[in-house]
Amino acid sequence: MFRSLLFIPGNNPSMIQNADIFMADGIIFDLEDAVSISEKNNARNLIKHYLDNSSVLPKQVVLRVNSFGSEWFIKDLEILKTKKVNYLLVPKLDYESLNTISSFLSDYEEKEKLEETKIIALVETAKGITEMSLFAQNNRLMGVLLGAEDLTNDLEIKRTETSLEIFYARSQVIYFCRANNLIAIDTPYTDINNIDGLKTDCKYAYGLGMKAKAAIHPNQLEIINDIFSPTKEEIEWAKAIIKLSEENPEKGAFQYRGKMIDKPIIERAKKIIQKAEIFNLL
Amino acid sequence: MINGVGRYIPDNLKPFISSDNYQGIPRKQIPKKTKVENTQFVENISTIFELINIKSNMTLSFHHHLRNGDKVIQIVAEEIKNRNLLNMHIAPSSIFPSYTNLVDLIKNKNITNIHTNYLNGEVAKIISQGYLDGELIMNTHGGRAVVIESGELPIDVAFIACPVVDKNGNGHGAIGKSACGTLGYAISDLEYAKKVVLVTDTIVENLEEYQIDGKFVDYVVKIDSIGDSSGIVSGTTEVTKDPIGLKIAKDCANLLDYLGLIKNDFSMQTGAGKTSLAVVKFVNDLMVKKGIVGSFASGGITKAYVDMLESNLFKSLYDVQCFDLDAVLSYAKNKNHLAMSASEYGNPYEDNPICERLDFVILGATEIDLDFNVNVTTDSLGNLIGGSGGHADIAHGADVTIIISPLVKSRIPIIKEKVMTVTTPGSDVDILITERGIAINPRRVDLRQKLKDSNYPIFEINELLEMTHKITGVPRKIETDDKIIGYVQYRDGTFLDCLRKVKDEY
Repeated sequence: MFRSLLFIPGNNPSMIQNADIFMADGIIFDLEDAVSISEKNNARNLIKHYLDNSSVLPKQVVLRVNSFGSEWFIKDLEILKTKKVNYLLVPKLDYESLNTISSFLSDYEEKEKLEETKIIALVETAKGITEMSLFAQNNRLMGVLLGAEDLTNDLEIKRTETSLEIFYARSQVIYFCRANNLIAIDTPYTDINNIDGLKTDCKYAYGLGMKAKAAIHPNQLEIINDIFSPTKEEIEWAKAIIKLSEENPEKGAFQYRGKMIDKPIIERAKKIIQKAEIFNLL
Repeated sequence: MINGVGRYIPDNLKPFISSDNYQGIPRKQIPKKTKVENTQFVENISTIFELINIKSNMTLSFHHHLRNGDKVIQIVAEEIKNRNLLNMHIAPSSIFPSYTNLVDLIKNKNITNIHTNYLNGEVAKIISQGYLDGELIMNTHGGRAVVIESGELPIDVAFIACPVVDKNGNGHGAIGKSACGTLGYAISDLEYAKKVVLVTDTIVENLEEYQIDGKFVDYVVKIDSIGDSSGIVSGTTEVTKDPIGLKIAKDCANLLDYLGLIKNDFSMQTGAGKTSLAVVKFVNDLMVKKGIVGSFASGGITKAYVDMLESNLFKSLYDVQCFDLDAVLSYAKNKNHLAMSASEYGNPYEDNPICERLDFVILGATEIDLDFNVNVTTDSLGNLIGGSGGHADIAHGADVTIIISPLVKSRIPIIKEKVMTVTTPGSDVDILITERGIAINPRRVDLRQKLKDSNYPIFEINELLEMTHKITGVPRKIETDDKIIGYVQYRDGTFLDCLRKVKDEY
């Protein structure tokens, strides 16, 4: 579970060395878009060496590999041998590529005696969005990250501050993830210096149902974590609900502050407390 | 002998004992200059050398308010060279990279001894290599005032660059084409030098307000330009964008708040580095959020502090030097932007100097060791790269002294078992804030107690060192040459450490 994932370019040694100190719940070490072709090998070596040797690693490690079919994809998978990668972030995923990659990974893991690698689908094409419902069969999948920049390129439309153009895609990701118990991860906000814009974007995405957001700069993490965390009031409410439910185990429903509390609400309260525990908010 | 911070000091020098050893020792002051009846106005520096009979073995002093744009020290150096004066002793309050024509004078033994508070650039490099025939004495800002007023550093002629001078010999720093702001470092020179020469490029009829009192001024020289304005301001007025620096700065501001130091009427000082400026920004935000009004900020003043004064977040600023143009303009127009001399700022023998009124200071470090001793004078190889400036003065004076630094700079750990050079004794350093954790000096039982139940990542400093070594490996031991090239003199006049020639192979 996480609220924030920070992209760190695979060819930036000072950022990599300090990856564990930022406030991100997970770090995405990027071998794809952030790394130029001439730097691909260096970046891969750097991340592998870091994961093999560093005594201090981020809480969760995500590796964004180059797309399946590129000349770098198989080489990128070498990093899985460090056994430090929690999730593989696979770009431009659609139904066909997800299945092909899953099958390829199964063979690779068997050959290299590795445990099953979980995947975060980076959905950033119209095809990926429309085929998402088919992803559900794949048991490697643990979340979907919406890539709005590439998606709007694919749609040949402009990204705007209102984000109205990605409302449908956001909704698709949110509903698909909720229905399949996966984490819906929102696209990064790319205007690094616009703090107010980031806040607005986070609040909007959180309000729609996104559970986490990717960041492209460490300075974005505090706001993302703040908005995607349960509030103090929510935590206090959840504690009260759970306490009442434990005190009245025989009652299917009861009242709290004049409102009816039943099973779905108790479950929601439990989720809030679970998140609060994971994010050290209690 | 071994001094109070465990460093060897030759027997003929007074060893540092402790940072509060000055208490109880009476202030020693030679008489101030007697009143000058008629200030003489002359046309050029060469004439001054004739009139005063400046000759070999004399001591000449300068201030550094024109920073990297200073032309005065260069013009005087040129005159020393033309006259082939030898064994000169110079005492500039700092030496900047642009002072390149001092290099040949040092190599040719025209200049053989130097007192200064800070130096970097080519002059620092050749002194590190052992070219200075005599000694380099590195003072603090307050300590420089002490050695001047006590007569330990007798100044034959003080050359004081002064942006505007009036017909009475009074001078001001914040106006004129070479405006640099306050002239705080020049005041001791003005009051105690045997002869005082103001060097200016602007003469006006009468100054209603002035910082340089004409009663001490023997001569005024008008030259075409005393400074290159582009080099006068430091240029470090931007808040850092480095995520590590921002994290450290934010943690620092939050820690200050947790310790209850951001409260009404508090006082603070920071450096002018980008991370320090980020701390100022975060403190500013906290003050706005909580509706807090501070008493004063002090030190080298930057735009960040000027903005806070104008927003009524501070009641006043005490300014010993202006770091940027906004500070210069503010000093010229805002009556609550007050000039202070280096003595008023950091002289331990002053009654209640500004440094002792500070609630907290935020400082940097090139190295810090397991005893919390800080080095801002040399790099880890021993090359001169800076100096105390006000570091040791305010570290001692402030109630809480915080060092902010990443654990690793350019792949070199900043925590050492022993620093290469002690600039500021560890007894005056309370907290180290890094990106991976915070260390509190065991002497500060009160701070440890306050933070023991906090969520801050508190470590012993040796644990932070071990953490760093896991990342970088253990650096190999650096050896120094046996030749002593100078000394670090503490603010009370005692000696903290020796400066040694850097080994040729480095």
